[in-house]
Amino acid sequence: MREIVEKKVLSENDRLTAVLRQRYRDENILCVNFISSPGSGKTALLEKTLASFSKDASVAVLTGDLQTDNDARRLARYGFPVRQIVTGGTCHLDARMVEKHLDEMGFRGPGLLLVENVGNLVCPSSYDLGETAKIVLLSVTEGEDKPLKYPGIFHRSSLMLLTKTDLLPHVDFDPTLAVQNARQIHPEIDYIAVSSRTGEGFVQWLNWLNALHQRVQQEAAASVA
Amino acid sequence: MHEIGIASSILSCVEAEARRRPEVTICAVGVRIGELSAIDKDALAFAFEALTRDTPLEKVRIEIEWLPRRQKCLSCAEEFAVKDLDLNCTKCRDSRTTCIGGTELDIGYLEVEELCVKS
Repeated sequence: MREIVEKKVLSENDRLTAVLRQRYRDENILCVNFISSPGSGKTALLEKTLASFSKDASVAVLTGDLQTDNDARRLARYGFPVRQIVTGGTCHLDARMVEKHLDEMGFRGPGLLLVENVGNLVCPSSYDLGETAKIVLLSVTEGEDKPLKYPGIFHRSSLMLLTKTDLLPHVDFDPTLAVQNARQIHPEIDYIAVSSRTGEGFVQWLNWLNALHQRVQQEAAASVA
Repeated sequence: MHEIGIASSILSCVEAEARRRPEVTICAVGVRIGELSAIDKDALAFAFEALTRDTPLEKVRIEIEWLPRRQKCLSCAEEFAVKDLDLNCTKCRDSRTTCIGGTELDIGYLEVEELCVKS
């Protein structure tokens, strides 16, 4: 006999995600979740981003890796609270890990919470963390067809950052084709080309983040009114 | 890669149901997986079998329904399954379409049998 269940497989993660989302709303926290393959430049991008903020800005970073606290040590040099989430083999962050580390870190809004996910284009796309936006990084040393090979994450991301553009003269990478592929999967995805070495594109990237922040605040104000 | 975690979440649901209703035998669990869910169907089936082997739930089958990405046309409201990554409307060819399906990761049903109760 067949009995209908109708339940999300990740209902427990979804429940925790809802709790986190409410917390972000209540405390006016903008949370963004950075996802890419290993070695696409997430940590370098975050370093350069943190370096651009004023010292009294309310910013915190959670960074996930299977092992080591290397990334947290790199990111802590900028004076903002940073916590390493060592997943011990798990290939993604989930809402429970974020909630636990956020509590332990004692970060309170209003502010910006940057979450660097485990380097992986597949698994993190299934686990929502209550973030306002997912940002996917694609470096120019990868293939332009990554969006077609890993459609799930490009479909769910609001922005694609093309990283390491300072290397473009040395590689056969066609940025136009990469964007075309990403938009074939997700026509509305935003796109910015950046280099964390030269700073190219950082004005646009920080403007994008700022615009997202303002939009979220306007929406929050409108929902209160 | 994370199919073990997904399989284990599905198994938790089956276990909870088995505990709640000791009078029935669960024969199968039906799940719906969308093409954008980033789940490999075969790896999920393998993981589920590996997790249930030599346990009281060993006989529970996993039945996976694979769902394609679906779009709805913003111009003529046609709903269609996407083939070969072509998001244009299959009816009027308008390029303005929106995603309405393909991200599913749901448990749809359980197949159960009542145990014979000795009177």
